[in-house]
Amino acid sequence: MGALLQVENMNVYYGAIHAVKGISFHVDEGEIVTLIGANGAGKTTTLQTVSGLLHSKTGSIHFMGEPIGGVPAAKLVSRGMAQVPEGRRVFLQMTVEENLEMGAYTQPKSTIAPGLERVYGQFPRLKERRKQTAGTLSGGEQQMLAMGRALMSNPKLLMLDEPSMGLAPILVEQIFEIIQQLHQAGTTILLVEQNARMALSVANRGYVLETGRITLSGPGAQLLEDEGVKKAYLGG
Amino acid sequence: MDILQNLINGISLGSVYAIIALGYTMVYGIAKMLNFAHGDVIMVGAYICFYAVSKYQLPPLVGILLAMAVCTVLGVVIERLAYKPLRQSASLAVLITAIGVSYFLQNAALLLWQSDPKNFPTFLNGIFGDKGITFLGRSITGTTVVTVLACVIIMVALTAFTGMTKMGKAMRACSEDKAAAQLMGIDVNRTISMTFAIGSALAAIAGVLLCSAYPQLTPTTGSLPGIKAFTAAVFGGIGSIPGALLGGLLLGVIEIFAMTFSTELSNAVVFAVLIIVLLVKPTGLLGKQIREKV
Repeated sequence: MGALLQVENMNVYYGAIHAVKGISFHVDEGEIVTLIGANGAGKTTTLQTVSGLLHSKTGSIHFMGEPIGGVPAAKLVSRGMAQVPEGRRVFLQMTVEENLEMGAYTQPKSTIAPGLERVYGQFPRLKERRKQTAGTLSGGEQQMLAMGRALMSNPKLLMLDEPSMGLAPILVEQIFEIIQQLHQAGTTILLVEQNARMALSVANRGYVLETGRITLSGPGAQLLEDEGVKKAYLGG
Repeated sequence: MDILQNLINGISLGSVYAIIALGYTMVYGIAKMLNFAHGDVIMVGAYICFYAVSKYQLPPLVGILLAMAVCTVLGVVIERLAYKPLRQSASLAVLITAIGVSYFLQNAALLLWQSDPKNFPTFLNGIFGDKGITFLGRSITGTTVVTVLACVIIMVALTAFTGMTKMGKAMRACSEDKAAAQLMGIDVNRTISMTFAIGSALAAIAGVLLCSAYPQLTPTTGSLPGIKAFTAAVFGGIGSIPGALLGGLLLGVIEIFAMTFSTELSNAVVFAVLIIVLLVKPTGLLGKQIREKV
């Protein structure tokens, strides 16, 4: 019932460091929600906790109405969660197609062929390079591969961690176009970005994260106009 | 000096090293640890086969399969009890634990099977009759033929496994990036267990082959070959399957040729070669450059 993803009062520690301090947010089905904030604000930590790579000390995380706190990352994939990690993290020594197959690891074998077709339709460049190892791809192509790999599991919630990082402006625009296409095709997206302008312009709603706390939230368009956000994240 | 005969002997010994080196290299590739107890798993495998065949009169094939089964379980249990709790610890702690496990296995063997050398049954030599087969005028023992064949079959099978099967691909994914593998839904712990199982089953085969060629079995039988196979794995490029094959074969050949000049110095020559290779190419002959984070 209600939100696809519901996070309540989540606290995450990195050893002694209190990285995420009691944040609450939610993502409804069909939305693009973005978490923006500076380096070190806790955005990646938040995503990694939701995806099960890290675990929260207190609070609760519900995915499709079920509590998922403490469930390991590998188990959440088959429940419909997929994360495109920061820095892409494609398997550089494996081919493009093998990377995509790994994305469908939890899926029945019969879904691989249609999945590949779908992803190659979305990213024709990957099809051209399907037999190449991922290490030979450019940064933009690797980002596309990382996204395609996540889509192979047909996720209900796609989480993207800094998809624009290290990419040329023209590629950033391409990536955001793809994000919007995926959204239109019905994928729910949780987007973590430092590029606040791009992120807020595609998002239905946004949350501003500062040193582990959510300081502001609202519709994307409204946050884009917010004086504080403009000053801190949009360059005045 | 009969160069061809030495070459044959070297390839035979090298094939055993290569099979042992595979266990080291697979575990290193995936768990990023050096399992120094691997050599002692070989010894356990040899004892199981020895007792099955010599004492209980079971057919040799049953003895080998039994040794493989016991070593597989042993490898998985060692990983589960000794290494898994240290997954997040410093690599030095894991290394010291592995050395501890190695001594534990040697002493457990001493307790169970005593220190007197056992004469390993030479059933492999009899495969082609008493004289073996003749190749280019040299007679080759059954053990040599089986050893080289086993090495080739294992290499082909492992290459196919890691290149074509879902589990094998998942292993490669884990060896590159464990967190990303988890995000694919791959159970990393299960993959590591699987790696130990395969490596240990291969260790059992290596134990039988080694003791068929050098039939003196004691609780420390696996120790030196284990270290040499580790050297072979580093020599070829640790983490690489073809590297283990190349490293093992070269090491075996070098050792046999060094032995024709001086038995005492043969080990010193082997390690001197390792030092030279690592000075020139620190990643080993076929080792992959460790990637920088971009």
